[in-house]
Amino acid sequence: MDFLYEVKQLLKQNIREYGMYIALAVIMLIFTFGTGGLFISSRNISNLINQTGYIAVLSVGMTLVIVIRHIDLSVGYVAGFLGALIAILLTKYALPVPLVILIALALGLLIGLFNGYLISGVGIPAFVATLAGMLAFRGALLLATEGTGTIIIPQKSFNAIGNGYIPDIANIRGVHVLTIIIGTLAILFYIYSEFKTRKNKLKYNFEVISKQMFVLKLIFISAIIAYVTWILSGYNGLSWTVVIVIIVVALYHVITTKTSLGRHIYAVGGNPEAAKLSGIDVNKITLIVFGSMGLLAALSGILYTARLQSATTTAGTLFELDAIAAAYVGGVSAAGGVGKITGSIVGALVMASLINGMNLMGVGISYQYIIRGAVLAAAVIFDVKTRNKSK
Amino acid sequence: MSDYILEMKNITKTFPGVKALDNVNFKVKRGEIHCLIGENGSGKSTLMKVLSGVYSYGEYSGDIVFEGDVQKFSHISDSEKVGIVTIYQELALIPELTVYENIFLGHEIKKGRFIDWEETIVRAKEMLKKVRLNINPSVKIKDLGVGMQQLVEIAKALSKNVKLLILDEPTAALNEDDSENLLKLIKELKEHGVTCILISHKLKEVLEVADSITVLRDGKTICSLDATKDEITENIIIKNMVGREIDDIYPKRNNKKFGEKVLEVKNLNAYDTNLGREILHDVSFNVRKGEIVGIAGLMGSGRTELALSIFGNSKGYRVNGEIFVNGEKKKFLKPKDAIKAGVAYVTEDRKGNGLILIDDIKSNITLANLKSLCEKGFINENEEIKVANEYKASLKIKAPSVEQKVGNLSGGNQQKVSLGKWLFARPYVLILDEPTRGIDVGAKYEIYTLMNTLVKEGMSIVMISSELPEVLGMSDRVYVMSEGRIVGELPIEEATQEKIMELATN
Repeated sequence: MDFLYEVKQLLKQNIREYGMYIALAVIMLIFTFGTGGLFISSRNISNLINQTGYIAVLSVGMTLVIVIRHIDLSVGYVAGFLGALIAILLTKYALPVPLVILIALALGLLIGLFNGYLISGVGIPAFVATLAGMLAFRGALLLATEGTGTIIIPQKSFNAIGNGYIPDIANIRGVHVLTIIIGTLAILFYIYSEFKTRKNKLKYNFEVISKQMFVLKLIFISAIIAYVTWILSGYNGLSWTVVIVIIVVALYHVITTKTSLGRHIYAVGGNPEAAKLSGIDVNKITLIVFGSMGLLAALSGILYTARLQSATTTAGTLFELDAIAAAYVGGVSAAGGVGKITGSIVGALVMASLINGMNLMGVGISYQYIIRGAVLAAAVIFDVKTRNKSK
Repeated sequence: MSDYILEMKNITKTFPGVKALDNVNFKVKRGEIHCLIGENGSGKSTLMKVLSGVYSYGEYSGDIVFEGDVQKFSHISDSEKVGIVTIYQELALIPELTVYENIFLGHEIKKGRFIDWEETIVRAKEMLKKVRLNINPSVKIKDLGVGMQQLVEIAKALSKNVKLLILDEPTAALNEDDSENLLKLIKELKEHGVTCILISHKLKEVLEVADSITVLRDGKTICSLDATKDEITENIIIKNMVGREIDDIYPKRNNKKFGEKVLEVKNLNAYDTNLGREILHDVSFNVRKGEIVGIAGLMGSGRTELALSIFGNSKGYRVNGEIFVNGEKKKFLKPKDAIKAGVAYVTEDRKGNGLILIDDIKSNITLANLKSLCEKGFINENEEIKVANEYKASLKIKAPSVEQKVGNLSGGNQQKVSLGKWLFARPYVLILDEPTRGIDVGAKYEIYTLMNTLVKEGMSIVMISSELPEVLGMSDRVYVMSEGRIVGELPIEEATQEKIMELATN
C-alpha cells in the first residue's frame, strides 16, 4: 500500500480523535511564538501542568458522568468544602496527613454515592440533584471558613502534593535524573506494549498498519514523551501532582477501555434501555459513576488546597464548569455513550494552555473569557461536523 | 400537462463508499397508488428522502420533475410547499400536544400575529372527518393508539393541501383492523385526487391497493409493473425483489424431535403500577427442547408484557407466578438473572431497546456476555473481534467490518446483530418478539432458516408474532393470547388463521 495514502486514510478515519491533539499542538505553537519561547520553557510547562491537575482529575470523572447522560454541578463546591474540612482537620485537630486524606476521599465517595442514589434510586434529574448539592456545599464551605476566613495549612508534607516534586537521586547540571529515568522507562514500556498488541493482532490474522507506519508512530509518540520528559527534568522534575494525574488517567483509561465495567458504562450511555435488557444494572452503574465523581472531587479538593497551601472561602468556584468544558472540548458527546478519558485530559490541557498562554501574552481578562468561549464552541462544532462523517 | 405527476430521472446518490441510488428512474401517474418495494437497503428510503428534500438539490444528481416543473428542493418545507408530504414510519407527532395543535404544527392558522385557535379547531375537525376519525381534537396524542395516531398524521398531511402523499410502511406497527382501515382510507383519498406512494413490506396489502408497482434492488430500478393491466402475484414481486425465486418462504424442518420442557411458566400474573391494572392473568405455558412455540394475538394482548415479565421484569411490574427452567424453579429479579439461567429475549423494538446504535457491531454482539471474553478482568479485544466476525459470517450480516456502527445498518442486518448478541449469550430458550418486523423477504428467509438450525441444535424458541402466516409457517405449537390471558393452545396441525383470529378476538 502506498505510504502517503495510508497516512491520509488514517488521518481521515481518526480525524475526530487526532483533531484535539492537533489543536493542542497548534495552540502551544502559537503561544510559543507569541511569547518568544517563554511558554515552552521548562518552568512554565511545569507550572502549567501543575495548575491543570485539579481540573484534570475532575474532567476525568465528569467524562463518565456525561457519558451516561448525566451532569454533576456539585463537584466544584464539594472540592472546595472538602478542602476547608481538610484544613480544619489539619490545623485545629492536628490529625496526621494520611488520615485526613483518607477521610476526605471517603467523604467525597459518600457524597458522590448520595448524588447517585438521588438520581438512580429516587429518580431526580441529575441537573437538579447536583444543583441542590452545589448550593448546599457552597453554604457548607462558607460555614466551615466562617470566622477564620482563609485557613493556612502549615504541614509541608500535605502542601507537597500540590507544590512538591519527586526526589532526585542525582542532579547532574540541573537535570533531574529520576525524571529522565522514569521517562525512559515509559518509552520502553510504550514500545513494548505496542509490539505486543501488534503481535497479538497478527496472531489473529487481523489487519495491522504497515511496518513503516508502525515505526513512524513509535518514533513520533516516543519523541513526544522524550520531549516532555526533557522539559520537565529541566525544572525540578516530575511534580507529585503530575504523578497523581497520570495514575488517575491511566487507571480510568484502562477501566474504560479494557474492562467490562467500562464497556457497561458506555452501553448505559449509548442506550439505557438496551443496556438494561442486556443484563446490565443501570442503577448500579449510575451509583459507581457518581461515586467515582465524588471521589475525584475530593482528590481535586486535596490538590487545590495543597497547591494554595490553604483553604479559602471561594475555593471550588466554577471548577465544575471548567471540568465540563474540558470534557466537551475533549470530544465527549452530550447525547451520551461517546467520550474518551484521554480526550478530556487533552481538553483540560487545551483550556489550561489557553489561560496560561494568554496570561503570558498579557491578553486582558475580558478577552480571555471570550476566546475561551469561542474555543469551546469551535471544539463542539468540529465534533458535530465530523461525527456523521466518521465511519 | 403530462400524465405523470412525478418523474424522477436518473437519480444517483452516493454516500461515502456506497452508491445508494444508481441511475434510478421513477414515474408516478396522477391519481394512482404507486407501491415502491424492495429489500431493506435497496434504496427506497433514500429515494424518498431525495424526493422530499431531506437531501437537498446538489447532493444528488438527476432531475425531479413534479407537475411538469423541475424542482430543486433544499429543505423538506420546499417539497411540502408544492404538495409533497411524507409520513414516516416513526411518527412525527408531539405526544404532549393535542390533536389539533399537532395537525397545524408548523403551519399554524393565524389571525394577525397570533394563532387563531377557534379556526384551528374547526379546521382540525374537518380534517379528522376526512380521515374518518371520530375523536375530540382536544385530546393529547399520547392518549391515542398507534392506529389513530397514523390517521392524525394523514389528517395533518391533508391540512397541507397534499397532492402527493408518501407513506413509509404505514401499517408496520398496526394490527389487522387498523391496517385495513388505513388502506381503505388511502383508496378513498385516491378518489379525491390525492396521489400516493406507498412503501411496504407486506406484499398482500401491496397487491390489494396498488395501481403500479416499482421494485428497487441494490439502488437500481428493477421494474415497473402496471397492476391495472397485468396479473401480478406475490411470486413475481419476490422474484424481482431478491433476484431469485424463493419457493417456500417458510423453510421446513424434518425429523422433529422434542425433549423435556425447558421453560415452563405457571400462573403468572402481572400488575402494571403505572397503568394501575393487571396486565397478565394466570398465564401458563411451556416450551420443550427443540421446539418452536408461537404466541399469537392482537396488538395489546399482552404478549410483549409476558416476555418482559419472564425476562427479569425490567419494567418493574408486580409479578407473581412460577418459572421453571429445565425443571428447576427460578426467580428472575432482573434481566441478568434470566440471562444467567439461559433465557434470552430479542426485543421487538431493536432500535429503541435492543441495540446501541452508536456502537459498532462487535460491542453490540458481545454486550450480554462480556464476561466470557474477559481474562483477569480485562476484555480480550482480539478474541472479541474474532467472535464478532464468526457471527457476522454465520448470520450473513452485510457490513464492511465488525467495526461498522450498527446505526448505519439496514433493518434486516440490525436484526441479525440483535440475534447474534443473544446467541453469543448461549441460551437454552430464545424468546423472539416480532423477529421479522420491518425486514425484507430475503432477510426474513435467512432468519427463519437460522431459527430452524437453532432448534435442531437443541435450543428452544418462543416466537411472538403478529403475522399469522409466520406463526403458522414456523411454529410447532401455537398459544393464542387475548387481553392478558392465554385463550387457547393449538397443535400446529389444528391451527388455522381463522381459528387463531377467532380465539384472539373473542
